[in-house]
Amino acid sequence: MLRYTINRILLMIPTLLGVAVLVFLLLRAMPGDIVELRFMMEGGQVSPETLAIERARLGLDKSLWWQFYDWMTGIFVGDFGTSMWTGRPVIDEIASRLQLSLQVAIMATILAVVIALPLGTISALYKDTWIDHLIRVFAIAGLAVPSFWLGMLIILGLLYSFNWIPPLTFVPIYVDPWHNLSQLIWPAMAVGYRYSAVATRMTRSTILEVLQEDYIRTARAKGVFERLVVSRHAMRNAMLPVVTVVGLEFAFLIGGLVVTEQVFNLNGLGKLFVETVTRADYTMVQALVMLVAAFFIFVNFVVDLLYAVLDPRIRYR
Amino acid sequence: MAVVTTTPEITYKAPKRRHPVVQFARTQPLGAAGLVFIVILFIAGLFAHWVAPYDPLDLDYGAMLAPPSWDHWMGTDAFGRDVFSRIIYGARTALAVGFLASLLGSGFGAVIGVVSAYFGGRVDMLIQRFMDILLSFPLIVLALTVVAVLGRFPVGGLDLNLIVAIAIPMTPKVARVVRSSALAIRELPYVDAARAAGYGHTRIIFRHIAPNVVAPFLIMFTAFIAQAILLEASLSFLGLGVTEPTAAWGLMLSGTSQEFYSQAPWMIIFPGVAISFAVFAFNLFGDSLRDYLDPRLKV
Repeated sequence: MLRYTINRILLMIPTLLGVAVLVFLLLRAMPGDIVELRFMMEGGQVSPETLAIERARLGLDKSLWWQFYDWMTGIFVGDFGTSMWTGRPVIDEIASRLQLSLQVAIMATILAVVIALPLGTISALYKDTWIDHLIRVFAIAGLAVPSFWLGMLIILGLLYSFNWIPPLTFVPIYVDPWHNLSQLIWPAMAVGYRYSAVATRMTRSTILEVLQEDYIRTARAKGVFERLVVSRHAMRNAMLPVVTVVGLEFAFLIGGLVVTEQVFNLNGLGKLFVETVTRADYTMVQALVMLVAAFFIFVNFVVDLLYAVLDPRIRYR
Repeated sequence: MAVVTTTPEITYKAPKRRHPVVQFARTQPLGAAGLVFIVILFIAGLFAHWVAPYDPLDLDYGAMLAPPSWDHWMGTDAFGRDVFSRIIYGARTALAVGFLASLLGSGFGAVIGVVSAYFGGRVDMLIQRFMDILLSFPLIVLALTVVAVLGRFPVGGLDLNLIVAIAIPMTPKVARVVRSSALAIRELPYVDAARAAGYGHTRIIFRHIAPNVVAPFLIMFTAFIAQAILLEASLSFLGLGVTEPTAAWGLMLSGTSQEFYSQAPWMIIFPGVAISFAVFAFNLFGDSLRDYLDPRLKV
């Protein structure tokens, strides 16, 4: 187990390095760098010398190898550089937005699990009855409704029925929980619907599979209450794939918030990403992509380890 | 002694072989319903200039933000353009982008998957590592970056680079599923036989392995049309996909709709319903197709 864990951690390094190379090259392949974009926005004629000076200040005049080397060595000592646009340290810019996005992601996950587990189980237990059909339609619809549109509908609904819109300024939950929740619960609902739909479908199909197992028949044969058969024998064994799906979706939620944050005007990671990509703020985009990718790879790893904890039959070597 | 004079007639009813489409419709009524909706959408998109009551680009400043009425079934937007007509024309955009992106992404992914499985060893390892790298980007983040890198390349009103940007994030997912199916095929005797007969790699891959992974390919292909439509809508909404004045559902939700939707909710309700229904139909069809072709496949 320990060897497996270490192996997996070591395997993360090449993948992350690959992500770094890929995003680095992609950004450099973008037409027009940040210097051009910035002076274009300010309008007027700018002499090539001014552009060159600005490039030198940002380190864009160095060769690609040197730029990559600088970036990598910076990361190793915990320095992600400064934003090319604002000049503030990338870490600071990200940290303030991460708090918001992470909270929405966590709330959406809680929402999704609370909805998905009972719905998926009921759907499986009452397979092919009207209640199962209803839940399945609810779930397939959840995959179809764009979360940003759902967000707009939520705002519209709040406006029409209560003549109220969620507050626009972010306040951390430990400062003013009421204000914080009244702002963030809505985007969490908007992205949580899709999320719960994915989890519901997974729960349903795995419970159906588990119910076919011999140990379920044995449990029923020895007279265990049906309620216990479902909760102890079926649900516990069905948790593995559900945990996987919940974990992976969570990892992607951070990135998936890109559009929904736009609708609710939330100053989160997603919005930051769109802004920085359109500004060609290399250092910022690189750091953001690395963060999301590292998070995804890490969650993947944790999910694999959880497997062994949840299912003692699984042994990694 | 009784003499059997006649041979008893052997009654044997050959199992009725229905046309696969009929068979599909009978066993998967929900999937068939999805298919019917897809066909309707197709016809509407293809013959948009006959179906739509107005030109989608016609500005009518006398009827800006008009609510739904007999003249404008779904109201008009901030420029007085007919929302219903724009949705019909938007179907064209959504289907074209969805189909082409999914075809490109899953086609490319399938080739990579089969090649990876067929050669195995170091090639397989390298390809899989690269796919892992692509997979650790969220769909929209990768698509956004690719859009920014490639810029625009419109051909006949369609942005080909947008299609590529949507296709790229799908490729590794398809490659993974197809690879696992192809791995099983590779071990079958007829592949060995083909190799023993001295066929080249290309021939074995395309003639012997590829036809046998068509089922997972088709399932992924339909599933990703839905994803592509959603992704196109998201990118257009962010202003990085289809651009004005082309009619596209995602685009109808952005721009001036953002300012006026509290007064004119029909501007955002109907395009969103259109996206949802289209994606719903493709998902329904894709799900049933999976149950019909290969129930064990997890997508």
